[in-house]
Amino acid sequence: MRDARILAWVLADPSRAAQLRPHQWTAMLTIAQAERLLGTLAHRLAGLDVPETAARVLDRARRAAETDRRQALWEAEMARQALAPLGLPVLLLKGTAYLAAGMDAGRGRLVGDLDILVPHDRMDDAEAALLAAGWEWVKQDDYDDAYYRDHMHELPPLIHKARDRMIDVHHTILPLTARARPDAAALIGDAVDLGNGLSTLCPEDMVIHAVLHLFADGDLSGGLRNLWDIDRMLREFAESDGFWDRLLARSRHHKVTRYVSRALRLSHHIFETPVDPYLAWQGRRGDLFYTGRLLARNGWGQDTAKLLRFAFYLRSHWIRMPPLMLARHLFTKWRKGHQPIR
Amino acid sequence: MMRAFTVQVGPVGFRVGSAWSGPIRALDWLYADYPKPADGIPDFTVRLEPVSALRRWVRPSVAIRGDFMLPDAVPTSLAHGLLAAEMAMNLQVAMGERRFLLLHASSVERDGKVLLMTGESGSGKSTLSALLGEKGWRFMGDEFALIEPETGLAFPFPRPVSLKNEAVAEMLRHVAAERLGPEMVGTPKGDIRHLKPPTEAIRRMGESGKPALLLFPRFGLARDVRPVPPSEVFVRLTQASTNYTMLGERGFEALTNLVQRIPACAIDYPDTETALALVDELWAELT
Repeated sequence: MRDARILAWVLADPSRAAQLRPHQWTAMLTIAQAERLLGTLAHRLAGLDVPETAARVLDRARRAAETDRRQALWEAEMARQALAPLGLPVLLLKGTAYLAAGMDAGRGRLVGDLDILVPHDRMDDAEAALLAAGWEWVKQDDYDDAYYRDHMHELPPLIHKARDRMIDVHHTILPLTARARPDAAALIGDAVDLGNGLSTLCPEDMVIHAVLHLFADGDLSGGLRNLWDIDRMLREFAESDGFWDRLLARSRHHKVTRYVSRALRLSHHIFETPVDPYLAWQGRRGDLFYTGRLLARNGWGQDTAKLLRFAFYLRSHWIRMPPLMLARHLFTKWRKGHQPIR
Repeated sequence: MMRAFTVQVGPVGFRVGSAWSGPIRALDWLYADYPKPADGIPDFTVRLEPVSALRRWVRPSVAIRGDFMLPDAVPTSLAHGLLAAEMAMNLQVAMGERRFLLLHASSVERDGKVLLMTGESGSGKSTLSALLGEKGWRFMGDEFALIEPETGLAFPFPRPVSLKNEAVAEMLRHVAAERLGPEMVGTPKGDIRHLKPPTEAIRRMGESGKPALLLFPRFGLARDVRPVPPSEVFVRLTQASTNYTMLGERGFEALTNLVQRIPACAIDYPDTETALALVDELWAELT
């Protein structure tokens, strides 16, 4: 199997699994595991006739995702209790938000860390409250700590000493050094209350955050899963009238239309997502590189397209930092023996 | 470019890919009597890869990868490639299994009843299970016992036995040398040779049994037997399980049921003869 296309093909339309031969099943399951999409695949294939061993593999993944879901929601509740005395509602981001809001994107999805959004001027209070409630600093050096505090859009990661789960406290959805500057106040101002002390971004902002997380916040590792989140959200939200207009307006407001447009095209191309043609037509150079990078995994689960991966790694830094700062950062990391590629 | 090997062990099918042919040849030999995954689809994939392009050829160094990986796994030398494959296969089961409660224990069966033995590395649980497997018991596995939460039954996972250091010489007193694999000297776990299980154990690897007795053996001490109370057994088994917390409530129920249903003893022994006699004695007391 040359790339991850087979997985995308079946995720988009699970009935296609009936056509798979054993070696294709093997490749698809392995790729799904490597892309952290096996639980998602298990949910998509639920109720369909699959070979016995595949059913066993999918059953494991379904159980794993269920355990993960329970832990993720419990972690959100713990954060809510810790921040409640401050009068800070817990605004959930990414995976935990999808789960808490019962969205399609959450079905079978694994959630690593708890990500929350807090107003910039309340970051110190939030940090103190979390430290008092049992979270502690992940051990790291002064450079990393200072880097987070000066340039990033989140606190250095905190981990709970008893439950061993990580929390990322964000104050906006892109690093401060990135060229685009989303409107953080609007993100918080238009949040949707879930009624249990938890809230999420509004639908359009959820899509935009997923898009920025995919393109502007890293080297596209785990990109296929992030793109799948986008596909699910677009399909689910598009059912409400005027969604595409609101998404266009909101993208312009945050000055990220270019990114959103590209995500729509890639999602359409890889997962056959129905998308708004006008919004998807905002400049399309380089899509092939993105497609190649997102699908860069073979049937053994190995990373492929090493050069393209490295190019995207460089790019992730380039878009994050001005050139001089980038040079200084890479020099510091190199001196510490940092490995550029996982 | 991957060379491939597949095998079915108990309820788990594996696919091993290797950048080198050596480990695959060793696996082919060691698992010659085992079936292949039933419908051609393995449960887990394992990869043995060079740590870098250069290290495929120059002082080859094997990185252990697969569906489940440890971020800080230490690469092994190619001479220990077979061990790397075995460790990687264990790791998949330890981290990925969700249907069965996994106990780090060896197990043997007689008359449908299962004897479980658990303990630290060096306790002798592996060697004891292999020895019992040559003396009228059915060998079920030396590494993991798989407990099905819904039924409480133990399922076999009869991998080749990994014999360490002095256990090799001990075992050679009881089995033909042809059943032992190549010697791997100076591995992180000492000198290792693998033992092919009896063909009977492989033929019957789909048959479960009812747990009847749990032992905590300790090698190298004067003969002693102490009953272990259920509370202590429970705590020790939570530590001996790789997926207890991942199973949540099902894991808790499976473990409490097991602990309340079967007796448990700690046994100390200076040599294998003493251990085998102790097992016979305690087993006879059951009925």
